[in-house]
Amino acid sequence: MVFLRALDEKAQHLQRAGRIGFYIGAAGQEAAEIGSGFALRKGDWMFPSYREHGAALMHGYPLSSLVGQLFGNSADATKGRQMPNHWCDRSARVVSVSSPVATQLPQAVGVAYAAKLGGEKSAVIAYFGDGGSSTGEFHVAMNFAGVFKTPNVFFCSNNQYAISLPFAKQTAAGSIAVKAAAYGFQGVRVDGNDILAVVRVTRDALERARAGEGPTLVEALTYRMGAHSTSDDPTHYRSEEEVEAWRRKDPIRRFAAYLKKEGVLTDQAEAAVAEEAREEVQRAVAACEAAPPVPPESLVEDVYAEMPWHLKEQQEWIRIPVKG
Amino acid sequence: MATMTLVQAIHDALALEMERDPRVVLLGEDIGKNGGVFRATEGLWARFGSDRVIDTPLAEAGIVGMAIGMSLSGLRPVAEIQFVDFIYPAFDQIVSELAKFRYRSAGQFTAPVVIRTPSGGGIKGGHYHSQSPEAYFIHTAGLKVVMPSTPADGKGLLAAAMRDPDPVIFLEPKALYRTAKGEVPEGDYTVPLGKARVVREGEDVSLITYGATVHVAEEAAAMAEEEGIHVEVIDLRTLWPLDVEAVVQSVEMTGRAVVLHEAPRTCGFGAELAALIQEKAFLHLKAPVARVTGFDTPFPYSLEKLYLPDALRVIGAIRATVNF
Repeated sequence: MVFLRALDEKAQHLQRAGRIGFYIGAAGQEAAEIGSGFALRKGDWMFPSYREHGAALMHGYPLSSLVGQLFGNSADATKGRQMPNHWCDRSARVVSVSSPVATQLPQAVGVAYAAKLGGEKSAVIAYFGDGGSSTGEFHVAMNFAGVFKTPNVFFCSNNQYAISLPFAKQTAAGSIAVKAAAYGFQGVRVDGNDILAVVRVTRDALERARAGEGPTLVEALTYRMGAHSTSDDPTHYRSEEEVEAWRRKDPIRRFAAYLKKEGVLTDQAEAAVAEEAREEVQRAVAACEAAPPVPPESLVEDVYAEMPWHLKEQQEWIRIPVKG
Repeated sequence: MATMTLVQAIHDALALEMERDPRVVLLGEDIGKNGGVFRATEGLWARFGSDRVIDTPLAEAGIVGMAIGMSLSGLRPVAEIQFVDFIYPAFDQIVSELAKFRYRSAGQFTAPVVIRTPSGGGIKGGHYHSQSPEAYFIHTAGLKVVMPSTPADGKGLLAAAMRDPDPVIFLEPKALYRTAKGEVPEGDYTVPLGKARVVREGEDVSLITYGATVHVAEEAAAMAEEEGIHVEVIDLRTLWPLDVEAVVQSVEMTGRAVVLHEAPRTCGFGAELAALIQEKAFLHLKAPVARVTGFDTPFPYSLEKLYLPDALRVIGAIRATVNF
């Protein structure tokens, strides 16, 4: 959680300094991310939304790849193809992120069906926000998962806002978790700022999935402390009092207070952890930022397995930009 | 060789590929016990079981989304959309997700899904059972678009599509399902994607078309022959990536081109064909490229015959091109 906070702070600075184009932070949601990511096992699949870089790191997505993707240069394993926060890593089974919300949910059902068909004991976690629960794909995925009893965990980080629209404008139901009943499986609402509760709930849901007991919808109640993205100004649509009230429930301070009370953390150790995190982030940034830009010819690669004539022709236009 | 209808040939390809490759799974509405509304999957549910021939809930975005997920984890899904007119709820899954996985992940994730769907008019189906939306998919980077016009091609192209590493939109001219009959090679048989077929040779005009209008083109060519005009008919088979060489070679020889399709005219595939011919064979042209197409209207029910290009309209364009 501390590491994720340090990463977010650094990335926001990079964006403000014009060194990266865009960033989506996770401040305030660390317990939901790190707790759920911690509950995963090797072999499980993850369909993140654009705010789950912390969960992905927990699941084996390398920091160097994550930071490289922010720069979109040759340090980016995906060749600078998407804006920051749209990453993936096949080896960790972290699937590529889409900007339209909840499009990944039916795809997660497909992967889960394939795992079930192949007799694999793995589960598939798919993340989305409260805004994602308003989409057709949310309904489609829940319905399919219920009908096919697939090993899915649908993890809603209900952070109270979809850009500017509050939760009450997304649903009249009052809770995302209750919706699971309509699809014939279990829904669980958990305090998303309590990391231990998140670990427990997610782990139970994953275990049920792996045991063939079908999907679970988890709603982690949390709060996005910062802006939706670096292009957003949340003072337009919410009060400082509201933010302050949630700041008091900051998952990092809360867990640290608990650990100190239990006698496993000291102020000194806490400061050391934060410092170590900042240094590691700094090292990754320095290494990735220095990488050369993506080669121009790569523009037309990977559209198809084999490059067809029209893209070969267009690749020539890149090599020789002005003809005749 | 056996004589088959187009729908029997498609069935044959599905059955053989399912037998050959255990990764092949079929999914769609009514495709299981019912065998599909056009009977393309008849008997496959009984033969391969409900795990591999999957009757899904009624939701196109779910069918395509689930197929994408299956393909990400190594299966070879073939999704059936009952009529192409119903494909639009899955449009985002197709154009933003299916088509883009390879590019956005720089090849880490690939989605070799085949979407089979009955397309085109001529069955008194009215607006929602007759559309020809191929241009949307040709316009989408990352998709291959295929349309057979004979039973042999129906089998061979579908088998090739199912083995292709890229997503393929396989449009089946439903008017030909039972009216097109012909000899089909038995057993393992493929027709390579990206290769056009010269249906009939001729040195005066190139008539370039695909799908159901191949048969209209043959009729028009026979009429032209009686007037002493020798028409070369080219069936594109794969619409994209196009066999541009076959088109250009033919036009360089004849100096005249008529493009024919039943899809609407404006921004239809014929417009792209005309532009390519102009770019690549301009100095060989003795007349402007002519287009014979459907109208820029929604598909009509009562006036279907008027809407669809017939041999008389095609011969008119041939004459105009020859007499220019």
